[in-house]
Amino acid sequence: MIEVRLFATLRKGRGKIFQLEAAAFSSGTQILEYFNIPLDEVAIFLINGFHAKPESIVKDGDIVAIFPPVGGG
Amino acid sequence: MAGSYYEKIARINLTTGEITTEKLDMELARKFIGGRGLGTKILYDEGVASAAPLSPENKLIYITGPMTGSASPSSGRYMVVTKSPLTGMIACSNSGGIWGAKLKYAGWDALIVEGEAPDWTYINIVDDKIELLNAEKYFGMMSEEIDNALKAVHGSNASVLNIGPAGENQVLLAAIMNDKDRAAGRSGVGAVMGSKKLKAIVVTASRNNIADIIYDVPALKAANMDCLKLIRENGVTGQGLKTYGTAVLVNIVNNIGAFPTKNWQESYYDKGDDISGETLVDTYLVKNSACHRCPIACGRVVNVNGKIVGGPEYEPLWAYGGNCGNNDLNTIDEANMLCNELGLDAISVPCTIAAAMELYQRGYITEEECDGVPLEWGSTRALIEWTKRMGQPASPLARLMSSGSARLCEYYGHPEYSMSVKKQEMPAYDARGIQGIGITYATSNRGGCHVRGYMISPEVLGLPQQLDRTVTEGKAFWAKTFQDLTAVIDSMGNCLFTSFALGAPQYAALLNAATGTNYSPQELLTVGDRIYNIERMFNKAAGMKPEDDRLPKRLSEEPISDGPSKGQVSQIKLTLPQYYEARGWVNAFPTDETLKKLELDECIGK
Repeated sequence: MIEVRLFATLRKGRGKIFQLEAAAFSSGTQILEYFNIPLDEVAIFLINGFHAKPESIVKDGDIVAIFPPVGGG
Repeated sequence: MAGSYYEKIARINLTTGEITTEKLDMELARKFIGGRGLGTKILYDEGVASAAPLSPENKLIYITGPMTGSASPSSGRYMVVTKSPLTGMIACSNSGGIWGAKLKYAGWDALIVEGEAPDWTYINIVDDKIELLNAEKYFGMMSEEIDNALKAVHGSNASVLNIGPAGENQVLLAAIMNDKDRAAGRSGVGAVMGSKKLKAIVVTASRNNIADIIYDVPALKAANMDCLKLIRENGVTGQGLKTYGTAVLVNIVNNIGAFPTKNWQESYYDKGDDISGETLVDTYLVKNSACHRCPIACGRVVNVNGKIVGGPEYEPLWAYGGNCGNNDLNTIDEANMLCNELGLDAISVPCTIAAAMELYQRGYITEEECDGVPLEWGSTRALIEWTKRMGQPASPLARLMSSGSARLCEYYGHPEYSMSVKKQEMPAYDARGIQGIGITYATSNRGGCHVRGYMISPEVLGLPQQLDRTVTEGKAFWAKTFQDLTAVIDSMGNCLFTSFALGAPQYAALLNAATGTNYSPQELLTVGDRIYNIERMFNKAAGMKPEDDRLPKRLSEEPISDGPSKGQVSQIKLTLPQYYEARGWVNAFPTDETLKKLELDECIGK
């Protein structure tokens, strides 16, 4: 399974946490397509806590966290 | 340089009651801009570095920048510059709201307050008239209460800056509050105000803009339009901060495993989402709010048990949340409200409670000392009650805790549990998992602080570009550049948050249009470098030692125990020499050559 966590505005109409069958997804891009998240709405894409490009390969056991542009201090 | 200053400073001696007007030295304004830079330079030149922080010899400088109150974005900022009783070094605490703009509208670039009043006093400013009034009847009032009371006397157009009970008690973690819920929060500036028996400063101004002193109004308008467009179109400043506030960082920082938990014993909080910006929006948020002339509007207004008040930023959400093992959001809102009412630093107070909780966990603080409220992880009662006790300390433990974690942990013989730099508590990002922020923590002139060089922007948020948070290469130079740019923004009087969308070229355009200077972006960064160095020279004169540029041992010697960043430690021993080289410093202080290059000749040999 791949755990996908959505944050901030990306949760709207979608939800927070999802468990996806790993076999159905080979890249982050496919995950974005699955959730219908346009690439330009993604500012931070984490795989297991580390910044990655959305087109990165994902595999069984990964935790993917996706954020729109946000900031603070 | 002609524009954007009223060229007037009021010097107010509380001991004698004498109030004099001095002309701003425009050569100093050119070299140090205003705000943080100019305030530090004045304090350095007046020999305050050797003063005892809570003595009449210390001075409090309330200072605006040339952009404060201007039409430029997020320009409601003022700064309080003084010698910190917490760190014994330079303090510059920055606040928003409208008070700073009103001070400027009244025609003052700065107030220099010195001495000590014989009785509790407040300063009333109506345009160019300044008077000292008796404040005895306001003694003991909470911050919001005195704000209301003084507005009832001086009218609703007045803006009020004040200290709550914490400042009166000279608590070393006391803040200065303005406009009810805005705080010059850090480094104990409220204690200095309390030591002078100065309860409040009320400002009423006839002006509501500073167009009369802008050097080139059309040029400023054009620069401002450019900046507003960039701010609106930027995802962070245009939408992100408005919708979720800084609180949105909870989930980001937690998901990279750099969210200090239980006094930095862990760095991932499994209940992080309970205290996140998203959850705040879904539960207690009433609306967002904005400081004066701010298009970003990151402020939170929350409902705390039926009372509508200013809500928590990311820092108190973390500090009262994961760092104390607490996932009750309502308790965080309430504790944050108490900090505002008592006039307390909502970062250092909960961080000190977290340190006390670790001392209690390890058996160094006994249950008996806790006086009926054990310092147990996650105890909502402890968070509320100890915040109250620290604001008005009565017991020995409350008095110790109100002096910050460094003095607390030192007292119990375990200074290693104080997660502080230069005795000021570090904020909400674990420098073991984010290498660059550790450089800015260690070298911050005001001690543990994230807003002296916000390396989180490139290392976590990817602005202006994404850096690998785990590597050290190049970070020293990045940290220096961020520190220098931040020093400029603070000195101009704009909010640091504009820098998510703006860079040195935009700040140069704003400043040049307003003041008539002709700074290139690079020259402006050199001014920032100069400001950083004058702060460092103040610290040197105040007795700072090279070993004060250090991170707590835990960050270098205890790898992160779990979560995404498991196993990481800070590489500060590697990056600190690189940083000193980038600065032109040897053993933590500028060389004569560096001072000369920065036109700080007066500091050579000091």
